Amino acid sequence: MSATIESNVKPQRPWVKTPKEQLPLIIIFIASIIMTEILIVATPLKGKLAYAAVFISMVTILEFLYVRRTQGSKASADVIASSIMISAGFIVFLPVLSILATTIVKGVPGLHWSLFTESMFNASYQSPIAEGGLLHAIVGTVYLILFSLLISVPLGVLTALYLTEIRGPGSAFIQFMVQAMSGVPSVIAGLFIYASVILLTPLDVSAFVGSLALTILMLPTVTRTSTEVLKLIPNDLREAGLALGATQWRTVAMIVVPAARSGLLTATILGVARIAGETAPLIFTLGVVDGTNFNPFSGASSSLPIYVWRGFGLATDEAVQRAWTGILVLLILILGLFTLARAIGARAKG
Amino acid sequence: MSSPVKQLEIPVPRELHNKPRVSDRIFRSTVTGVSLISVIVLTLIGLFLLLKGYAAFKSEGFSFLTGFSWDAYTDDAGNRFTNLGIGAMLFGTLLIAIVAILIGVPLSVLTALYLSFYAPLKLKKLLITVVDLMASFPSILYGMWGYFVLMPSAIYWAKLINKSFGWIPLFEVKQGLFTRSPWVAGLVLSVMIIPIVTSVSREIFAQTPLDRIQAAYALGANKWLMIKTVVLPFGANGVVGGAMLGLGRAFGETVAVFTVLNLVYDINWHVLFGAGGNVASHIILRWGEASDIETSALLAAGFILFLLTLLVNMFADFIVKNTVKKGK
Repeated sequence: MSATIESNVKPQRPWVKTPKEQLPLIIIFIASIIMTEILIVATPLKGKLAYAAVFISMVTILEFLYVRRTQGSKASADVIASSIMISAGFIVFLPVLSILATTIVKGVPGLHWSLFTESMFNASYQSPIAEGGLLHAIVGTVYLILFSLLISVPLGVLTALYLTEIRGPGSAFIQFMVQAMSGVPSVIAGLFIYASVILLTPLDVSAFVGSLALTILMLPTVTRTSTEVLKLIPNDLREAGLALGATQWRTVAMIVVPAARSGLLTATILGVARIAGETAPLIFTLGVVDGTNFNPFSGASSSLPIYVWRGFGLATDEAVQRAWTGILVLLILILGLFTLARAIGARAKG
Repeated sequence: MSSPVKQLEIPVPRELHNKPRVSDRIFRSTVTGVSLISVIVLTLIGLFLLLKGYAAFKSEGFSFLTGFSWDAYTDDAGNRFTNLGIGAMLFGTLLIAIVAILIGVPLSVLTALYLSFYAPLKLKKLLITVVDLMASFPSILYGMWGYFVLMPSAIYWAKLINKSFGWIPLFEVKQGLFTRSPWVAGLVLSVMIIPIVTSVSREIFAQTPLDRIQAAYALGANKWLMIKTVVLPFGANGVVGGAMLGLGRAFGETVAVFTVLNLVYDINWHVLFGAGGNVASHIILRWGEASDIETSALLAAGFILFLLTLLVNMFADFIVKNTVKKGK
């Protein structure tokens, strides 16, 4: 039941521009279009980007002059500043749109069903596109993701628990080191696993060893995201657990972690998205193979980024086409993970 | 009503202690032990790369850092000659990273300002998603996009710069070779560092004390004046930290640089000229065919790169954290 209140007072919205205030802006807009057309025709400036650039500067200049006349120099500085910032935001959109469009346009012609059922064992990168497929790369990528997940999620979540539940004296230091670890270049992770695992232990290049390198890159992402998620759990829950007589261990295991479940899942997915596209560390740790290798512990393996990398390196038309198709599949995987993480994160918050 | 008076036995008081239970002790020690993993891994990385690269450090000495050539060969008499120095590649790394910073950081900071203070809510959400998306693109994708899409435009811009400013030695181009230059690699990297610099800057701007912002508005400032007098002085240090995080990323980038850059082992400071290199891509370029001493040298180069990025990142973190703390 909601009571209605009768009132003759119309809500005032003084910040909305009146038609009289809007008119000059519309005139400025039209004038800029005309002047841009003239400039593009009259000068050697060509192309869509040039058009956009000239148009934006035209609007800015005209509005600047108008505001300066009517409201003074301080207000006109605001016009310049805001238009520069809007342009920057607009420029950031461009590469993303361009990357997505290029991948789809160049990748789609190489799609066919046997991509997912065949490996490159009976085909070379130079053979016609319809031959061969990505199966070996997909199997390798699945193994890589699986093992990195199995290692880095427990380690990451436990570290996050230290930072949020125990809050020991070393918390600040650990947080600092996790942050530092997230800056380790991917190529270094690969070199390290090569120098330690491959040179010193009987393990040779394989999917498992590759996933060790990826773990180094995934761990900081999982740790940081889990820490943020666990920090959001209200302290009341922890206190309630303790007040009921539970030990800290039972409180964490039965109250805190279940409450943060979906957030921890998001952390995991973001970690996977972080490593799914890594190429550099795998160059040292995964080896080269064209057939499907179902054994993750011995023998070289493949992965989607490595497949793309080799195709691009060979530089023939067919090989580059394979690379684009490979990257399209990889991008779909990553975008899928990204969307999933967002959806789960939004539900957890909602 | 009489009941036999029982001699009540006074129970011995329970001993009070705050010693955690066994389960808690196990839990705490496990979690504390595991939390050291990042420290252990970072130490091990440094240790192993140093250990395996020690042979190269020993045979080359200090010239490993300053030398400008990469030769390892055995002559007919069986004598081995090595002359390995990553000086040229360190220079190349720096050059590309500087190009990336000069273009990427202003763009990111302006975007962050726009997101924090100007953008309408819907556009803000969209733009944040787009920036997050950029962070999740694989570097090989950036490399291929840079090679096939960005490079033609980048070459066109390079020619324009060369035409107008060619008299400055920095923009000189010999033999008209514009393809696969440090300029192109720097542009690709500038796109790649946008996500991290933008998100760090945004985090810092969000920490600006609200009362100061409101005070500026109350004194009659418009948005830009408020930003100029409150946000920028408050956030300047933090933005420098964010830029350094971007620098760390740019130092370590491998695949994207390898894809777009014409790797030549020489010092080339003509940004627009098509030759250059960086440490990371040098490592994967030489990896396949490296002899023992060369492998050791590449691991040593990895150690230098690791140290460089670690220091830059730690310093950047320190700055950012201090700025964020200042706001609280």
